[in-house]
Amino acid sequence: MTEFLISANKPLRRRHASETRFKWMGRIAIAASLGFLVVMLVSILTLGIGAFSRTEIALAVDLGDGDASSKKIVRNALFTSFPEVTSRAERRQLLRLPSADASRELDRQLAENPDLAGQVATLWFTASDDIDQLIKGAIDTDKPQDQRRISDQELAWVTQLQDLGQIRKVFNTGFFTSGDSREPELAGILSALMGSILSLTVCFVLSFPLGIMAAIYLEEFAKKGRWSDFIEVNINNLAAVPSIVFGLLGLSIFLGYFGMPRSSPLVGGLVLALMTLPTIIIAGRSALRGVPPSIREAALGMGATQVQTTLHHVLPLALPGMLTGAIVGMARALGETAPLLMIGMVAFIVDIPTKITDAATSLPVQIFLWADSPERAFLEKTSAAIIVLITLLVAMNLVAIILRKKFERRF
Amino acid sequence: MTQTEISFKGRKRPLETALKAAFFLSSVIAIAATVGIVLSMLFETIRFFEHVSLSEFLFGLKWSPQTAIRADQVGSSGAFGAVPLITGTLLISAIAMVVAAPIGLISAIYLAEYASNRVRGIIKPMLEILAGIPTVVYGFFAALVVAPFLRMTGGQLGLEVASESALAAGLVMGVMIIPLISSLSDDALNAVPNALREASLGLGATKAETIKKVIVPAAIPGISGGFLLAASAAIGETMIVVMAAGLAANLTANPLEAVTTITAQIVALLTGDQEFDSAKTLSAFALGLLLFITTLFLNVIAMRIVNKYREQYD
Repeated sequence: MTEFLISANKPLRRRHASETRFKWMGRIAIAASLGFLVVMLVSILTLGIGAFSRTEIALAVDLGDGDASSKKIVRNALFTSFPEVTSRAERRQLLRLPSADASRELDRQLAENPDLAGQVATLWFTASDDIDQLIKGAIDTDKPQDQRRISDQELAWVTQLQDLGQIRKVFNTGFFTSGDSREPELAGILSALMGSILSLTVCFVLSFPLGIMAAIYLEEFAKKGRWSDFIEVNINNLAAVPSIVFGLLGLSIFLGYFGMPRSSPLVGGLVLALMTLPTIIIAGRSALRGVPPSIREAALGMGATQVQTTLHHVLPLALPGMLTGAIVGMARALGETAPLLMIGMVAFIVDIPTKITDAATSLPVQIFLWADSPERAFLEKTSAAIIVLITLLVAMNLVAIILRKKFERRF
Repeated sequence: MTQTEISFKGRKRPLETALKAAFFLSSVIAIAATVGIVLSMLFETIRFFEHVSLSEFLFGLKWSPQTAIRADQVGSSGAFGAVPLITGTLLISAIAMVVAAPIGLISAIYLAEYASNRVRGIIKPMLEILAGIPTVVYGFFAALVVAPFLRMTGGQLGLEVASESALAAGLVMGVMIIPLISSLSDDALNAVPNALREASLGLGATKAETIKKVIVPAAIPGISGGFLLAASAAIGETMIVVMAAGLAANLTANPLEAVTTITAQIVALLTGDQEFDSAKTLSAFALGLLLFITTLFLNVIAMRIVNKYREQYD
C-alpha cells in the first residue's frame, strides 16, 4: 500500500518541484532587470556625486600694484608661496595648480569687493581639474609617476598647501551657473539646461494645443469610419517611428527647406513637438473617453451645441488627464538625444542661450558630448549631468502622478 | 392670416465652424508628419541613387562613405554597400532580443499569474522606470561600465573582446527593451479569459503547467506582437549604439567584434558640418528611409496582430 503511494507521488513531487522552479525563474528575471537598474543608477551616482563639490586653493595675492594684470598678480602669488621653485619648467608646472581661469576669478572677486585694492589679501581660487581629482581621491597616488596625471612634485605642493590649510572643498555652484568649457573644472550645465528649457517650451506650446485639438476631433467630432481609422493608424505608427528619423525630417525640412537657424531650440522644439504629439493625442483621447456620456447628454439636452458641450463641460473634466499625459510626453522629450544631433544642437556652447533662435545644446546632448571627452574630470561631470537629468525626469513624473491622484474622479 | 415662419435651424455660429475646422486640421497634422517624413527622405534618397545604384546600396558588401578631396583621387567615389550595416544592426538587435525576450516574458508571467496585487503594484512601475531612463544614459553606462567589464572578463577567459563590441551594446539595449516586452506580454496574458485558466486547473494541472500549456499558447499572438515592437525599437535605437558600438563597418556575426549600425552611421554622417550634395550626406537619408520602412513594416504587423487578437477575446 505504502509502496503504491510513493510511486504515485513521485511524478507529483516532480511536478510540484517544477512549479517551484518556474516561480523562482520569474523572481530571478525580475530581480535581474531591477538589479541592472540599481547597479546602473548607483554607479552613476557614485561617479557623479563628486562634481557637486569643487576644490579651491587659497593664495595670498598682492594687490598693491594697480597696474599689474590679474594674470601677473596670480603668477606672483604662486611664486611667492613657493619661493624654492625657480626653474622654468617647474614654475610652469606650478602655474597649473589653479584653474586656467584664475585671473578672471580674481577680477570677479575684485569687482565684488573693491576695498581689496592696494592690500595683500588671501583669496580662494578654483583648483585645476587634476588637483581637484587628486583631492577627491580619484587619482591613485600609489602608481608610478608616469602612469598618473599628477607628478610627484605637484603632489608635494598639494600636500604642503593642505598642511597650511590652503586647500578646501566647497559646493560647486559653478556647475549650475556656467556654460560648457574646455576646462573640466569650469564646465557647467546652465547653457545646456537653458537649451533644454527653451526647446521644451517650444515643444509644449506647439504640441499641447495641437494634441488636445486633435484628440477632441477624433473623440468628439469624427465619424467613425475609414478616415478616422486612417488617422488613428497614422498616430500609432508615428509614436513608434525611431526618433532619429524625426531628426532627419527636421534636417531636411526645417533646416533645408524652410532655412530655419541651425542648432536652435526653435527647430529642436519643433522636432520634439512632432515626436510628442502622438503621446499627447493618445493620452488626450483616453482622458476624453473617461468623461461619462451622461455629461454630454445633459449639456446637449439643455440646448448646448456640440462645441459648447465639449468646451464647457467635457474638456474641463478631461484636462487634468490630458495634462498628465503631456507632462509624461515632455519628460520623454527632455531625455531625447538622437534627433537633436541631426539638427546640429551638438555644439560647444559657452554662452547661455536666451532666445529660441540662439545656438544651443540640450542636457542629454551635453551628456553625450562630455562622455566623449578624455579627461577624467569630465567623467565626473557627465555622471553629475545625468544625475541632474534623472532628477528632473523623476520630478516631472512625480508632478504627473500627483496631478492624476488629485484630480482623479470616478463617475 | 399671416403665416409666421418658424425655423428650427439654429443661428449660424461662425466661431464654432472655425473651431471645428481647427480640430479637424490638428488631427491631420499626424498625417502631415508622416507624409513629411517620407517626402523629406524620399527626395534626398532619389538624389543619392543618382550617384550610387540601388543594387550596390542594398547588396554591396563594403561600406566606406568617405568622399574624395580631389576628383581624380583613387577610389574617390567611396563604397556604399549597406550590407555590413544591416547585419550589424541585426546582430545587435538579436543580442538585445535574446536578453529581453526571456527576461521580459518570464517577468510578465510572474507578474500576471503569481504576484499579489500589492507586489504587482510595486514591481510594475519599477520596471517601467527602465523604459523612462534616457537612452544616452544607457549608452554612457554601456561604454563606461559594461564594455570594459566584458573586455576584462573575456580577457580572463582568453577571448579577444573588442572595446566597442556588439555584445556590450546589445546587452544594454536588451535591458532597455525589457519593459516594452513585459508590459505588452502582461496585457496579452491578462486578456486570456479566466475560463481557460480554471478549466486547466480544474483538470488537475499545476499552475506552471497551466501557464506553459494553456495561457501562454493562448496569448502567443499578443506576445509576438510585443516582441515585434521591441525588435523595431531595438533596430531604431540610436544613442546606445553611437556611444557603445562604434563605427567600424565589419561584416561579421561574432558578437565580440565591433560592428556598426544604420543609426550609428546616420549620426556619424550627419553630425558636424556637411555639404548637402555629396553622396556621403545623401546616403544618410537613404539609410534613414531604409530604417523607416523596416520599422514601419514591423510596427504595422505588430499592431495588426495585437488588435486582432484583442478583439477575439473581448
